Amino acid sequence: MNTSAKMIIVLTLIAILSGAVLSSWDKVTQPRIAAFRQMELEKAIAEVLPPNDSVTVKNTENFTFYVGHAEDKPAFVALQAIGSGFQGKIVMMAGLNIDFSEITGLKILEQVETPGLGTKIVTDPSRKENPTWFTDQFKSLIIQPEITYVKNAKPSKDSEIEAITGATISSVAVVNILNDTFQKARAEFAGKAQE
Amino acid sequence: MAKKVNSLKYEFIKGLWVENPVLISLLGLCPTLAVTVSAVNGLAMGLATTFVLTSSSIIISLIRKFIPHQVRIASYIVIIATFVTVADRFLAAWFPPISKELGPYIPLIVVNCLILGRQEAFSSKNNSGRAILDALGMGSGFILVLVALGGVREILGSGAFFGFTILGDWFNPWMVMILPPGAFLTLGFFVAGVNWLNERRAAQ
Repeated sequence: MNTSAKMIIVLTLIAILSGAVLSSWDKVTQPRIAAFRQMELEKAIAEVLPPNDSVTVKNTENFTFYVGHAEDKPAFVALQAIGSGFQGKIVMMAGLNIDFSEITGLKILEQVETPGLGTKIVTDPSRKENPTWFTDQFKSLIIQPEITYVKNAKPSKDSEIEAITGATISSVAVVNILNDTFQKARAEFAGKAQE
Repeated sequence: MAKKVNSLKYEFIKGLWVENPVLISLLGLCPTLAVTVSAVNGLAMGLATTFVLTSSSIIISLIRKFIPHQVRIASYIVIIATFVTVADRFLAAWFPPISKELGPYIPLIVVNCLILGRQEAFSSKNNSGRAILDALGMGSGFILVLVALGGVREILGSGAFFGFTILGDWFNPWMVMILPPGAFLTLGFFVAGVNWLNERRAAQ
């Protein structure tokens, strides 16, 4: 047999076997991976919304809203906010009142900020009594007309948060992503509700 | 010229020290430097790499006589990539937190030159028995270095070891150790230490 034919046959066989192994392995692992993602999502939603009776999902063009119901009425809404941080994407789950006036909770799902500095947006080991103080500040925060921040001072307004010293870029990124997302989401959520 | 045949025991233990992939050959430095912020990450990365290395070595040493010389690298890469994907999905399904932590570095095992290097230099020329010993030895050497490196960086950078806080409140963590410069510093000291030891031995 000439070499070219042998090359093609051997490579094809290897590729077919590899494909067979991967597709059968995918059947085994896929349900577990999907179940875990779903569990994480539900956990995040439960963390950012106040106690509620049930959560329904509502899809619009750019967002997926998770609407929490209380006393048979839509009362809260949770949504993902995604944007650029210091060096990569920050993905957050935010909970809001149904009228988009106030944040009920905020959780950072993914981030690749600088370890020890920007990562303080998730946990700040230097504040032992409350390592999650940064995201906690967003609870009950008024988001209209927009969220603002101060440096090295206590917030003085209902819509203001304190930026982390040494991680201003990451703190501001969180604020900007939220302002941006809420503005767009508010319009979309309202628009679809009228239909 | 007769080829020197090493003892089976040597094929295994050479990876631990004499031909240690990281400390002597300086192979596979990308994952070594990138993921060793904690001992547990080093262990997970080491185990995943050893799994891929051993499985590919077995397959490649078995079919080495059928692979035409011209397409050997392509064949190796397909086989390696298959096992990497298997390992990646395994971690995602059963150990999601570790999978999240290691992120893109598991898929990147495909291009770890330690693995391709062993196939080219060893598995393609030896039988499966020797290839398994070689892969397990190299893998163990890799794990040892990654856990040691991760351990040192975790202790100095977060005051913990395998996630358990071992240094008290008096300890102010050296933030630099869990940042990229800490990886280079620690590895530099490790390699310097090994060279110093080996030179001292040779002098005796």
